[in-house]
Amino acid sequence: MEIKKTSLNKLHQSNNAKFVEFAGYEMPIQYSKGIIEEHKFTRSHSGIFDVSHMGQLFIYGDESLTEELEKIFPLDLKNLKQNCSKYSFLMNEDAGIYDDLIITKIEEGYLIILNAACKDKDFEILSNLLGSKFKMNLDNNRSLIAIQGPKSVEILNSIINGVDQLNFMTGNWFDSDNQKLFVTRSGYTGEDGFEISISNDKAEIFVENLIKKGAQLIGLGARDTLRLEAGLCLYGHELDLNKTPVEANLRWAISKSRLSNGGFIGSKKIMNQMQNGASQIRVGIKPEGRLIAREKTKIFDDTDKQIGEITSGTFGPSVNGPIAMGYVNKKFSKVDTKILLEVRGKKHPANVCALPFYKKNYVKGVN
Amino acid sequence: MSEVKFSKEHEWITLEGDVATIGITKHATEMLGDIVFAELPEKGSNVEKDGTAGVVESTKAASDVYTPVSGEVLDTNQAIVDDPSKINEDPEGSAWFFKLKMKDQSEMDSLMNKEEYDKFAKESAS
Repeated sequence: MEIKKTSLNKLHQSNNAKFVEFAGYEMPIQYSKGIIEEHKFTRSHSGIFDVSHMGQLFIYGDESLTEELEKIFPLDLKNLKQNCSKYSFLMNEDAGIYDDLIITKIEEGYLIILNAACKDKDFEILSNLLGSKFKMNLDNNRSLIAIQGPKSVEILNSIINGVDQLNFMTGNWFDSDNQKLFVTRSGYTGEDGFEISISNDKAEIFVENLIKKGAQLIGLGARDTLRLEAGLCLYGHELDLNKTPVEANLRWAISKSRLSNGGFIGSKKIMNQMQNGASQIRVGIKPEGRLIAREKTKIFDDTDKQIGEITSGTFGPSVNGPIAMGYVNKKFSKVDTKILLEVRGKKHPANVCALPFYKKNYVKGVN
Repeated sequence: MSEVKFSKEHEWITLEGDVATIGITKHATEMLGDIVFAELPEKGSNVEKDGTAGVVESTKAASDVYTPVSGEVLDTNQAIVDDPSKINEDPEGSAWFFKLKMKDQSEMDSLMNKEEYDKFAKESAS
């Protein structure tokens, strides 16, 4: 299959991107300054991320759509206000996770942002669940640009006036350069920031303008270190069909009002695990010293019994040390529990720690 | 000091008497990206030509470091263990990895000179 390219591919090339294939797309892993500098620039200034490979699924409908979606997602969508976003999951009957996503209520229905590697499968699953009653559009004509970091609000507001009035996890349509952009205040780096849905033919000029205002392009490499420092899950690593939201320590994303009556896919398993606990749970892990424990590293207790596995591990540039996340048996999930990580045949000491590794700077309320 | 020689695994080596100093090339560091962890062989241990003699990790991945010649490890560079970013800053100078007492100096013969290595690196990168 031919590799897909986003509308910013040429711009990435002219900014000396190193490319990797990711979910069938040619995506920049880093630019000439490298992952650590890109990471730090995002934390101190403003980083631009091409996330156009992600799916933008528009589903059009009224209250009956809300009712149908409540049968799928563990969310109180009836009480979700227009232009407000929620983090959620598409699950199977066993509460295994097909994908994690952001769903926003818009005037016309809902906008759901899906992972690149999952979007086609998600579309198929949702089409089957919803039938032909609602118009669905997995929109390939729009790009998705994230701008993240403390200077992002000032930079973006100078181009799209009014975005500074958005609260975290809300969005709205804005007019800019004779076109409609959907902007949400959100992101996946632990920083204040925005995601902008923009038509493909305007994306390059838009990003060039952001660069002129002082923001810089950041690759997927730094996106990974940023999200890991922020303690955020990445699909295919922390999340997959063999893990549930309760095991992933994402109970907060399940609406409380949905737990008494269930009625969403996977609700039986979720309600059972909420009451009785899960046998494995996602935790933060800090190796002692400088050792990096990568994905699939086995975790042991002090009696040589395997108690879990690392799902993501790298060096955290802002933390200035190695960080990881993984799943451990529940009794080892308390903060400060001593564990051992097997790297290159040797066991190295590490500690279970609280997430995030790096404290968030989200803007909670501006109005 | 002898001329600098290079291996296909992107190590450089210089020889003074029977003591070889070994590190990784600038080209290798450019391929690896930001190096954030280095593990070196133990002093006093013996390493075999083309065997592993350490590890470097970037933000992206771990890579083995090989020794282009056999010998006993006389010294290792603790400065790059304490601050691995030094490897990106000066890979072919102060950020050497380890020093070996060589057993068989003829092992140097099969290694590349600078011109040959630059050509090899350019070809293997494309």
